[in-house]
Amino acid sequence: MTTIESTPEAVVAAQSGADDDAVTWLDRFIDVFTSTDHKVIGRHYFFSGLAALLAIVVINVLIGIERLDGTDTVLDIEVIPQLLDAQRVGLVFGVMLPLAMAIAVAFVPLQVGSRSIVFPRLAFAGFWMWLGGAVITVVALVNNGGTLGGDSDMVDLFIVGLGLMAIGLLASAGSVATTILTTRAPGMTMRRVPPSTWSALVFSLGIVLVMPVFLGTLTYLFLDHRNARTGFGGNEGILTWAGWIFTQPATFLFALPAIAMLVEIFPITFGKRTPARGVMFFGLGLVGLAALAGVTQQNLQNLPWSGSQLSTSDLDEKARDLVPYLIFNALPVLGVLLVLLVALQIARPTDGMKVNISPAVFFGFFGFGMVLVGMLGNLLYAIDDAGVQGTVFEEGSLVYIAYGAALGAMGALVHWAPKLWGRTINSVVAIGLAFLGVAATILATFPLYIAGLLDQPAGVAYDDSDLEIWNILSLVGHGLMAITAVVFVVVMLGALFGRHDDDGVGDDPWSGQTIEWATTSPAPRDNFVDVPVIHSAEPLLDLRDAATAPTDGSAS
Amino acid sequence: MYALPSPPPPAPQRQVLVGVSLAVAAAVMMAGSMLAVWALQRREAIDFEGSWLPDGVTIPEVPTNVMLLAFIGLCVFGQWAVYSANNDDRGHTVLALGCTFLVGILVINAQAFVYTQMGLGIADGTYAAMFYAITGFFMLLMIAGLLFTTVTAFRFIGGRTADRELLVAHALFWYAMSAIYAGIWFLVYVTK
Repeated sequence: MTTIESTPEAVVAAQSGADDDAVTWLDRFIDVFTSTDHKVIGRHYFFSGLAALLAIVVINVLIGIERLDGTDTVLDIEVIPQLLDAQRVGLVFGVMLPLAMAIAVAFVPLQVGSRSIVFPRLAFAGFWMWLGGAVITVVALVNNGGTLGGDSDMVDLFIVGLGLMAIGLLASAGSVATTILTTRAPGMTMRRVPPSTWSALVFSLGIVLVMPVFLGTLTYLFLDHRNARTGFGGNEGILTWAGWIFTQPATFLFALPAIAMLVEIFPITFGKRTPARGVMFFGLGLVGLAALAGVTQQNLQNLPWSGSQLSTSDLDEKARDLVPYLIFNALPVLGVLLVLLVALQIARPTDGMKVNISPAVFFGFFGFGMVLVGMLGNLLYAIDDAGVQGTVFEEGSLVYIAYGAALGAMGALVHWAPKLWGRTINSVVAIGLAFLGVAATILATFPLYIAGLLDQPAGVAYDDSDLEIWNILSLVGHGLMAITAVVFVVVMLGALFGRHDDDGVGDDPWSGQTIEWATTSPAPRDNFVDVPVIHSAEPLLDLRDAATAPTDGSAS
Repeated sequence: MYALPSPPPPAPQRQVLVGVSLAVAAAVMMAGSMLAVWALQRREAIDFEGSWLPDGVTIPEVPTNVMLLAFIGLCVFGQWAVYSANNDDRGHTVLALGCTFLVGILVINAQAFVYTQMGLGIADGTYAAMFYAITGFFMLLMIAGLLFTTVTAFRFIGGRTADRELLVAHALFWYAMSAIYAGIWFLVYVTK
């Protein structure tokens, strides 16, 4: 009847499989880096994504320093194109995608009651291909590659690196989607899956549809650049033909797991069941419509109506502009608003409501908010009359979404750390980091919105000295984000490797509602001894309600 | 630790079929995107230069049409393998898989013949680079398909005859390959 009979200590001992003294550091190293346990692969994705976040924040700081004076260059002018490339590629392929994949790979099998991820070697190979591609991309950029690079071979290597990352993420996404579709616990219908699992399904199916399109374009770009260089515009053509994946609205898809963290954590925080689950799932699905921007290779569905044409004439033409604009840009925003509506319904005060604040709720809420502001900014960006196309406004929107997604992923790590390591992170420090992170994001990005509205062009050069103040503020924001990322990684490593005198955090430190909290902390390699039968979307809440109903009738 | 009730024995999960379906969807998306870019470049080339196919290059139509017909055979043989397995006919299942393999080899051979007959160098321009990109991707899928057929056949020869889901996935793969080649045939070889 019980799901797990062994204690965390016994689980750890069983996983090591031998007396600690007999296990050398090499054995541990090999075990960690060759394990096909989804939790280990997810941890690899997490730490790689966080390391990339650190690197990208440093690059953002360098770009910010370069922008302090719009008419003079501080850094070597030759490296600026590489820095701008590294920022864009890094935010999407280094930060957003691996962190989203980390949430999906590490926690989805636990949430659906699966003993492991399906095709674990595929997920494992996916991570290492992504990492290999990331390293190749960095090498290419360092050696004058990239979209404006001067070394032809390094430009080719840059394309190969991007392709390898895309293949790796595609492999892991296939593994995640198959897990959700085929290995759910008995009784767990699709309407009963947790929000994070649903978002992981939409995200992974979106990746399965979008990444091959990106790969197909890269194949053409590589062969053309390697040989003829006549049809795709040389290396500058990389952004023309494949740039849609590095900007909005395609990036909405990559922020989806972070968006879902809000409705994952709110029911636990407010001790309630999620109302209108269908509306929530529909909302998350609408965000997934961003995949359409990928499969159609579109990066801007603009409304080209100048002021004089704001009339009722040419309605057919205006409708032709408006429909794709609404589908690609507005419907995902509507989806996020629906998710927010459900979250607010959960948070609505009711009689006897007990609020159980965990640090993850701050990360989840702030991450959600930042992604939403980035999406709203993109709505404005696409309107010609706003006059912000070609300015730093778009960068502001991208950084809002990427930093917001990173905050959401940090929230996921704080929330589920007990299942990965059997430990929690100091709540005070984590809450402080969440506030620092949101302040850093706003400071790093909102000034870019303002500078964009004041016509500061994309890139690092500008003429108007009045714009300097906004670039200084943005630089301070990136600096604060660097501190957030460094401290978060240090705190996580401290929780992982530091000494702990307590007896562990317990199997369910947050009074969770879904079945991952029914297994031990940390979760054993096979996740569950007996896979439980599910009778509702909140099986653990059912148990608690049943346990307390005969005595006093209140929820514990 | 919570005591949730244990379940009955699990139902078949069709992991291979779902996994192959996702892989097939990815392959179709990639081929579709490449064909879309091909169509775009073709239109631009015709608008600005008057033609898309380089001067002096001729597409041999017989092998390209034979390949299209061969895919009908691949679909039939793939489905025959499923039918035979459902009737516990191991011999015919392996025979159908063997026929699938041979026809697959035929397609690869025909594509190689197309390459040699066209005499197009990969560095001869945009058309050449794109032609080798899209047909090269198609060849990669064909090789993957032959490996899939080989593994499936050896599993049946080895006695794992209850694994019918694998055969369904195998047939699905060849159906998808037929759709991909039909697109290539029409856009690359017919409309030129």
